[in-house]
Order: sequence, then C-alpha cells, then structure tokens
Amino acid sequence: MLVLVVVFALWEAAVVFFKIPVYLLPAPSAIWTETIQIGGTVASHTLATLNTVMLGFLASVVISLPLAVLLTSSRAMANALYPLLVLTQSIPKVALAPLLVVVLGANELPRVVVTFLVAFFPLVLSTAAGLIAVPPELIELGKACKASRLQELLRIRMPYAIPFIFSGLKAAIALSVVGAVVAEFVNADRGLGYFIITATAFFKVPAAWGALIILSLMGIVLFQAVVMIERILFPWAAGDDKPTL
Amino acid sequence: MTIVIDDVAKVFDAGDEDVVAINGVSLAIAKHEFVALVGPSGCGKSTLLRLVVGLVKPSRGRVAIDGAPVVDPRADTGIVFQAPTLLPWATILDNVLFPMKLMGRMDARALKQARALLRLTGLEGFEKRYPRELSGGMQQRAGICRALVHDPEILLMDEPFGALDALTREEMTLELLRIWSERPKTILFVTHSIPEAVILADRVVVMSPRPGRIAEIVDVPLPRPRSFAQEADPVFQDRTQHIRTLIFGRDRLAA
Ligand SMILES: Nc1ncnc2c1ncn2[C@@H]1O[C@H](COP(=O)(O)OP(=O)(O)OP(=O)(O)O)[C@@H](O)[C@H]1O
Ligand SMILES: [Mg+2]
Repeated sequence: MLVLVVVFALWEAAVVFFKIPVYLLPAPSAIWTETIQIGGTVASHTLATLNTVMLGFLASVVISLPLAVLLTSSRAMANALYPLLVLTQSIPKVALAPLLVVVLGANELPRVVVTFLVAFFPLVLSTAAGLIAVPPELIELGKACKASRLQELLRIRMPYAIPFIFSGLKAAIALSVVGAVVAEFVNADRGLGYFIITATAFFKVPAAWGALIILSLMGIVLFQAVVMIERILFPWAAGDDKPTL
Repeated sequence: MTIVIDDVAKVFDAGDEDVVAINGVSLAIAKHEFVALVGPSGCGKSTLLRLVVGLVKPSRGRVAIDGAPVVDPRADTGIVFQAPTLLPWATILDNVLFPMKLMGRMDARALKQARALLRLTGLEGFEKRYPRELSGGMQQRAGICRALVHDPEILLMDEPFGALDALTREEMTLELLRIWSERPKTILFVTHSIPEAVILADRVVVMSPRPGRIAEIVDVPLPRPRSFAQEADPVFQDRTQHIRTLIFGRDRLAA
C-alpha cells in the first residue's frame, strides 16, 4: 500500500517537474479528476469487464479440475491430451478472438471463451502436478484402507493437491483479467478494454489511464480474494510460516 | 488367523538393475501368535510386511491368510507404517478414523474406539490438532491408533516405536502387550531393537541381507504376562545374545 502511494507521488512530481504533456503521460491528479467526472460510465464498464473476468475464471475452474484428473489418470490419456492443450496455448488469442466472434456471434460468449483460453492453462498444469506429487506412502495408506480409485482421488489426491490448485487459481485469476481485456479489444461495446480503445481514439488519455489503473486494482483485489479464500477454507495449506503463492 | 508365507521372493525393478529384496522366505505364523522380525537395514523387513498386507505382490511363491491367497489389502488387517504417514490436512482424530471412513464404517462406536485409543496412547486433548503440531513420536502413536481403530485380526507393525523416546517406548511396549492379551491378534512386529523383540514376541525371526532371507527363527519361552523385570531372566539374556551373534557375527562381537 505504502509503495503505491510513493509511486503515485513520484509520478505526480515527475509530470509537473518535467512538464510532460498530458497526451503522453497525465498526472495522477488529472487522471483522478477526469475519471471521477465520468464515474457512472466507468463504473458500468468496470462491471461489464468484471462479469467477463468472473465467467471466464469460473469456466477455467470448472473445466481445468476434471481435465487435470483426466490428464493424470493414465499415460495414454496424458499423451493424447497434452499436445491439444499446448496447441490451445500456442494460438495467439488476439488472432483467435475475431474468428470466435464469427463462429459464436458478437456477444458475451466469445469474450468468455477467450478469457478461459488465456487463464486455464496454468490451473490445469498445477492441479495435475499436485495430483501426481502425492507421496507414495499416502497412496499406500489408501490402498491399505481398501480405498477405491474414486476415494483415492477425493480423499487423498485432491486434498493433497489443494496448495497446488490454489497457486494455479492465483495465476488463473490474474490471467482472466488479461484475457477479458484482450477479448474486449476485439469484440465489445462495453468493458474497460473497449473503453480504453475508444478513449484513446478520442485523445481522452487521462480517462484511458484511469481505466488501466482500475484494471490493475481489479487484478490485485481478485488475487487477494483468492488468497483469502485459501486462508479461510484451507488454513493448513496456506500455512502462516510459508510465503503465499 | 494364520499367515503362511511360502517360499516367497520379491524382486523390484529399479531402473537398470533388479533388486532382490527377499528370496526364499518361508514362515508360518499361528493364530494369535506374536512374531517379531529383526535384521539389518535393507534386509527386506518392510517388504515382507507389505507382502502380507497385500500392498506388493510376490515375484515367486505365495502368501496366504487362513488359506486364502493375499491379492489385495484385507479389511481385517491393520498396518503401522515405518513413517507416521498421517494426512497433513486432517486432524489427529480424523486421521485415526480414516480407515473407518474409507471402509464406510463410521459410527458412534468407531468414534468411541478412536477416542479410547487416543487416550490409551497419551494423545488425549490432541484430537483437534493437525499432525504438523505434534512431535514425531506423537505422530507415530497416532499412526498406531489408526492401525488399531478397526480392531483388526492381524496387526503388522513396521518399527512402530522407532521414533519414540526410551520411556514412552517401554510404556507403549507394555500397552501393546496389554491390548494383545485383551483382544488377541496375530501380530508381526518389525524392530531394530533386539531386547524389544525378545520381550514382546513368542518367536523372533532373524533375517540376513542381500538377498533378504531368514537366518534363524528363535523361540522365546518366557512366561506371560511379560514385564521388563524379565530382562534379568537367563532365558532373555541367552536369546538376545544369540540373536546378536546371528546378526553381527561371532567375530565382531568378540572384538
Ligand atoms: N519399491 C521399491 N523399489 C525398489 N527397490 C525397493 C523398493 N522397496 C524396497 N526396495 C529394496 O528392497 C530392499 C529391502 O527394502 P526394505 O525396505 O524391505 O528393507 P528393510 O529391512 O525394511 O530396511 P530398514 O530396516 O532400513 O527399514 C532394499 O534394498 C530396498 O532398496
Ligand atoms: Mg523398513
């Protein structure tokens, strides 16, 4: 928090001292006044983006967890799925987005899909890593207690993977914000990404900066929310002595 | 229940070369007998226990309980692992109840039994704690409670007292003997301590390494109930001395 205050103070001072023109880099005070002036508009764009971020993030969670289970279920499955997963990551999302609009229509759906595609990969990888990392002794304990494969998954592998899953969730929530904005650049009539494009087109530079700052804050707040959820639901995983992440 | 181990060999496929963990091991354990297993590190004691539990399959020979070949872990077998092997996300009580939950046998009786065992092993008041909040010896005692919670007919213990201090160790030894006399079980008990093996067991199986096989089976005709006072008994001294010679060799002991 203190760091942020210092950064903004230095920024303000630099703009005034070096007389930087407002279309290059507006001072925080200018950003503030302009953004507040159109507060209502900015708020509705923020909500639109937040909506896309959350839907894309939820899709990542709902799809990634079962996908990770499939990936770790057998070598054949892993061999079949990994190339596909890597493919989804090597496609540039900005290039894919317009095509998705053609296929899925100019609505919320392609934005959510792009957000999902940007966000889900680290979640799959870290969940799969957690499911595999279970110490053989714990698997042996399950076997000795006559655990079925499902019981082994739900009562041993999944709980063991919780810290891994949460580090994936933290990456996914941060990437969801990135994904939503990418999607809005390409296809949207609302949202902070769309707002930045139109604002810069009309040289409303301070307002565009305002939107950028709101996006960063949104990223930070959502990330902290995931951290809090982990602390509250799984205190043993968050362990106070360990650094989070 | 009787355990029959008949000419069993276990070969592990460890990358480039195979490891012969045990070879040509035959042993019959009678119903409600207490058998201890001693031998140098790496001679296959844990492997033999895993074979009886059904966690690994023999490469040759067979393991049978009451005549039925062991292919999978059985519900009437309890095992204490060499390491505590507790679930870090579950409380001590939940850890002890874990076998009951997996076997779908959770009820008020199970809970009562778990609490009684925790009291017995000096873990009363730690039910709601997590494993990382307990010392190594306390974790190991929780592991013992877990093995006993479903009152198994057969109990397999892999150096269960290894992580305990000397005092707790003697206390637990007597406690185990008491549990065994109250609720008779067939017990196979691995230990590094020769006196512990002799004070506990009806017979001590001495193993020798590379490949692991049985060097000798030593009878312990000490009367029961046992106590540490019997360490002064000539039979106790004779048997411990004899087992020491078997493991370390006559020359090294004389030197
Ligand atoms: N899963 C495995 N894969 C490969 N080799 C193994 C495996 N388990 C045991 N071994 C090998 O088998 C041999 C016997 O191991 P085991 O754990 O049974 O010995 P132990 O008598 O219990 O030793 P300790 O007293 O140190 O516990 C060792 O050489 C070990 O390296
Ligand atoms: Mg061992």
